[in-house]
This record gives sequence, C-alpha cells and structure tokens, in this order.
Amino acid sequence: MLLEIKNLSVYYGVIQALKGISFSVDRGEIVALIGANGAGKTTTLHTISGLIEPKAGEILFNGDNITKVPGHKRVGMGIAQVPEGRRVFRDMTVEENLKMGAYSRTDKDHSDTMSRIFDRFPRLKERRTQVSGTLSGGEQQMLAMGRALMSKPDILLLDEPSMGLSPILVNEVFDIIRSVHEDGTTVLLVEQNAKKALNIADRAYVLETGAIITSGDAEELLNDDAIRKAYLGE
Amino acid sequence: MMSFLTSLVNGLSLGSIYAIIALGYTMVYGIAKMLNFAHGDFIMVGCYIIFVFSSSLGLPPVLAILLAVVLCTILGVTTERVAYRPLRNAASPLAVLITAIGVSYFLENMALLIFGADTKSFTSVVPWSGLSLFNGELVIQGITVVTICISLLILAVLQLFVHKTREGQAMLAVSQDRGAAMLMGIDVNKTITLTFAIGSALAAVAGALLASAYPSLTPYTGAMPGIKAFVAAVLGGIGSIPGAMIGGLVLGIIEILSRTYISSQLADAIVFGILVIVLIVRPAGILGKNIQEKV
Ligand SMILES: Nc1ncnc2c1ncn2[C@@H]1O[C@H](COP(=O)(O)OP(=O)(O)OP(=O)(O)O)[C@@H](O)[C@H]1O
Ligand SMILES: [Mg+2]
Repeated sequence: MLLEIKNLSVYYGVIQALKGISFSVDRGEIVALIGANGAGKTTTLHTISGLIEPKAGEILFNGDNITKVPGHKRVGMGIAQVPEGRRVFRDMTVEENLKMGAYSRTDKDHSDTMSRIFDRFPRLKERRTQVSGTLSGGEQQMLAMGRALMSKPDILLLDEPSMGLSPILVNEVFDIIRSVHEDGTTVLLVEQNAKKALNIADRAYVLETGAIITSGDAEELLNDDAIRKAYLGE
Repeated sequence: MMSFLTSLVNGLSLGSIYAIIALGYTMVYGIAKMLNFAHGDFIMVGCYIIFVFSSSLGLPPVLAILLAVVLCTILGVTTERVAYRPLRNAASPLAVLITAIGVSYFLENMALLIFGADTKSFTSVVPWSGLSLFNGELVIQGITVVTICISLLILAVLQLFVHKTREGQAMLAVSQDRGAAMLMGIDVNKTITLTFAIGSALAAVAGALLASAYPSLTPYTGAMPGIKAFVAAVLGGIGSIPGAMIGGLVLGIIEILSRTYISSQLADAIVFGILVIVLIVRPAGILGKNIQEKV
C-alpha cells in the first residue's frame, strides 16, 4: 500500500471530526473520498498532509509511519495536495507560484517539470507573468494543480477540484486528473461531485459525519441504490 | 531656506531610523501575523549593549554594534520561541498581543533593575563630524549621513533578499497563506524564527543610530520610537517593506518640520493626527493593498 490510514481520530477542540477512520490507497490507483458538506473530507486530507495533528491513529506512507513527521517534510516524501479553494499565492505570479511548488525538491533544475506543466496547462503558460490573484477561478484551479505537480509527487491529494467551475471546466479538470494518473501519479480525490468522481476512480470510500459508511469498487457504488439516492441525486 | 533644508535633512535622518524599526514591525506582522509591541524595547536593549561595550568597556563602536546585533537577534528569536510561539494557535489573537506588552514591560523593568532610572549619556558611534555645505551655512552631521545611507542599504538588501532568495520567497509564501506554504514544504516555524531574527537585528542597528543622534539613554528610550515606527508601518501599509520605508521617512520629516515650525510640544500630536487622517482616506495605508479576504 502506498498510503494507509488506520483508526484516525481528529478533534477540533471537543468536536470530533474524524471518528477512527481507516482506508488505504494502492500505488497507481485513483481513490475517491465522497461525502456531504461537513463529513470530514478536508479534515482527512489536512491530517494526511500534516496541517492537523490527529488525536489517535496512524498514517503509513510507503510502509513508514509518518504520523509524527512534520507536515512540511511530507511534501519531500512524495505527498502533494491541491487544497480546497485553491489557495494560490495571490500576490505572486503564475511562474513564482509554480516555483514555490518545487520548494521541497533537492535537485536544482526544475525547468523540465515546469515546461511539462505548461504543456499540460497551456493557459498558465500564456499567463506566466500574471499575478495569480487576478486569475479566473478555473485558471487558479489549474495553477493549484500545476503547483502541486511541481514537487513530482507520488500521490496527489485533490480537495474538490471541480468546486465552482463551469461544466466545461469541470470536464477539463477531470481530463487532467486522468492524464496525471496515466503518467504514473497515484490520486486521492475528494469530491462532492460524486458521479464524476466515481466515474474516474477505481475505488471509493463514502464518508458521513466523520465515519466511513461504505466502500468498494467505484463501478459498484455507481450502481448501488442507496448511494444513487444519497449522493447522485437520483 | 537653509534652516528649512536643515530640518528636512534632520527629518530624513529621524525618518530613516523610524524606517529601520518599522521594517522589523512590518515583517513580523506580515509573516508571523502578530504585533510585537516589545519591538521598541529590543532597540533599548541594543542601546544598552552598545553602551556597555563601547562607552564603558571601550570596545570599538563597530564591534559593539556587531555584538548588539548578535545579542538582540538571540533575544528576538528566544522571545518568539518562549513567549509567542506557544500562543500562535490560541483561540484569541489578543493572547499573543497581551504577551508582547508583557515582554515590553519585562524588558523595561530588567533594564531599570540593571542600569537604574538615570539617564546614561551615549557616545556617538560615528566619530565623523559631517559635511559642511554652502560655505558652512548647511551642516549635515556625520551620523545623519550615515543613518540615511544605512537605511537605504538595508532597504535594498531586504528587497533583494525577499525577492531573490529561497528563504525570502518562503517568507512571502508564509505571509500570504501559512497553510498553503506548509503544503509546499516550507518550514513555517523556521521562517518565522528567521523573520524575528532579521527584525531584532534591525532593531539593534536602529538603536545604535538612534542613541548616536539622541545620546541620552534610559530604560524607556525604545518605547516612543517603537510606537512611532509602528505608526510609520501602518502609515506605509503594514506588511509592506517599501511601505515601512516610505512611512518612516514621511513620519520623520513631518515630526521635525512640526517641531521646527509649529511647536515642539504639538509635534507628536500632529504625527498621530496625520496617521488618523491617512487611515480615514486610505485604510490600508499608503502602499497597502485593500484586500478583501474572506477569513
Ligand atoms: N477549524 C475548525 N474548527 C472547528 N471545527 C471545524 C474546523 N474545520 C472543520 N470543522 C468541522 O469539522 C467537520 C468536518 O469538516 P471538513 O471541513 O473536514 O468537512 P468537508 O467534508 O471537507 O466539508 P465540505 O464538503 O463542506 O468541504 C465539520 O463539522 C466542520 O464544521
Ligand atoms: Mg472540504
């Protein structure tokens, strides 16, 4: 297993946001984590990246227990995140943002990675000197994804990458996720757009108020009546 | 005319000192997101260190200043580590602010305990008597020239550092979004430590210049310049490095001109009055951005 989460419990003060969840992501998979607002999806990703400390449980990455590893060191180990709401560095240009993405790398020359990212996101190339705060929402999403890819991660954590985008852009974002995956990056995808997520994923977990209530092959879940009712609006 | 020029130059000099202090305030605010109200007292500590090593023990001024820079850096970094960091994620941002006020009183009272309340006279660290222009009608003191040059140098070096180095870029990233910066692999704690180190080192430099221009030293020497530099940082746009410079210069010039032409009693009132007016017209300060961010 590339990523293994065991009995993870996270609290905000006295509120328990994750109630001992366990799940795993194998190398080469796309795994979706779906659930309603407030289910604990962002909390899960934040804990994996080390922005939040769990009260109990373990995070294993490549078999190593990284639960106590400071968050900033996890990027260099191969875990990158595209956070909810993009969170690009608004006062920096597109290019400066991408360079920040390579901050954790020990090799000096990042031009190769950057030109590959510009191939994948041609619009970023056109706007490379533009200040990121003035980019459109879709462009910021592309930038946040490009920035995360600059670290050449083994696993990419994506938190609602389709949020607030037009249907065309949503398709574009999912196409990019697919192609990043085809290039060998493992993906853990958090989405409210359950249909899209289940379509692209190999497996999925369903999170409800801090607990995993269902899991399985994405295709099976797509055909599950209860899931269709609760998350696909059918 | 010459007296106006003299005032202007003196204003520039005082403003340069405010600017150096304001740079520390503004960087700490921008990156650590806190107001270090003890910043002014770091200046006072720097002054006493130079006083002890230079005036009392007779070390060369440059060496005394270097020692002050090193010791103030240690003081700043230690204060952050011991007093501020444990409160960084406190429920209320007031906790760390109140702690900073506590640190300020602590340092002032330590100085009172060690050196007493009496005024120490400080020997200027710049022995050069200065420039005499227009057949001696305009005399610019050595310390004035040195102060203005040093502040410009500091500004240039800081701008280069922030925009051209890896650590500088990390500071910018942390100032814009601490969480996202961590997601890039930036060690936020280390970045904040470095910021305090730079700010405190600058406070020591400011102390050397301030005490040379105004050579009387008490435990409260840093308090008023600290507050004025805070005003300068807000005036220029808190968080902005060029803003701190401009704010400092504007404040220094206004203060000296008011002192010369209006009233020395009213000068401080005028300085703070101008702050109020600027903030009404431009709430984010001269160079500040009006960012409407959702928190
Ligand atoms: N900083 C915080 N302080 C207190 N409670 C929080 C905090 N962040 C999240 N929570 C709570 O934890 C629970 C899980 O939140 P989380 O953001 O992980 O949900 P989510 O599944 O990502 O939701 P969404 O789809 O709306 O993004 C929610 O009940 C939320 O109110
Ligand atoms: Mg969320």
